[in-house]
Amino acid sequence: MKVRITIMPQAAVLDPAGVATAHALEHLGLHGVSSLRIGKLIELDIEGATEEELHQACRDLLSNPVMEDYCLEVIS
Amino acid sequence: MRCAVLQFPGSNGDIDALEALRSFENVTAELVWHQEKSLDSFEFILLPGGFSYGDYLRCGAIARFSPIMQAVQKAAASGTLILGICNGFQILCEAGLLPGTLIRNRNLLFRCEERLVRVETSDSPFTKKISSGSVLHLPIAHGEGCYFAKEETLQELHDKDQVLLRYATSKGEITKDANPNGSCENIAGICNQKRNVFGLMPHPERACDELLGSTDGRMIFESILDHVHHGAGTSL
Repeated sequence: MKVRITIMPQAAVLDPAGVATAHALEHLGLHGVSSLRIGKLIELDIEGATEEELHQACRDLLSNPVMEDYCLEVIS
Repeated sequence: MRCAVLQFPGSNGDIDALEALRSFENVTAELVWHQEKSLDSFEFILLPGGFSYGDYLRCGAIARFSPIMQAVQKAAASGTLILGICNGFQILCEAGLLPGTLIRNRNLLFRCEERLVRVETSDSPFTKKISSGSVLHLPIAHGEGCYFAKEETLQELHDKDQVLLRYATSKGEITKDANPNGSCENIAGICNQKRNVFGLMPHPERACDELLGSTDGRMIFESILDHVHHGAGTSL
């Protein structure tokens, strides 16, 4: 099973790196960026795990529910 | 007082903490490797600063799964005093022993400098020998020390008097300029509801000798010593 997990900072959490990168895009000449947020993308191959176990791993380790949301997709 | 200083791969404040603790009388301190499983013989546990596991994934996220952290959880539940400094604070948050989390400094700078913090309450084993409102000189050294928690968590910290330190001016004012990293409400250190687990971003262990420019960190360790030796009964 191939799984893709996208982890993003929650909307209420300030993302200083995202803000700085948005400013850099302005300097590059790409204007009109109203929001830029930086998260993480994790891909893993795993056999024998249930989706619930994967969700548990997302909550316990791969994301921090205090500040991040995650999205889990089974790709194949 | 028998002290354990935990050592994770990537800890770098461990020796500073050990030296600081050993400068007090009636203290024995030893390093405990993260693969160990028991902390039963210790009266005080210190999680030092550094970059455990290279800060991979999130600061403190991987260290939390070290075998020794089971023993830390057990010690916390039994009321043993636990202090997390800098990366140690991040680990305690990831382990769920303290609420909230520490994120990238709002200004994106790695701050390595002396800062002032106001002691918010003497009502804790870690601050019992310090008058509420005192301003301490302590060094900081972090890139991800911006304390963040949701509104309801901040309210609870406030209601239960869990904020022990805030970044402040020399007069003890809580201002935006005094805040080096953008922490919510200038928070520099918090304790749990049982008041036996304390995490802070500043480094009291690096402010225990005149040569280092400040000895204000000693007051925190003196409070801990007093609590361990005399129990909760004595205070200021």
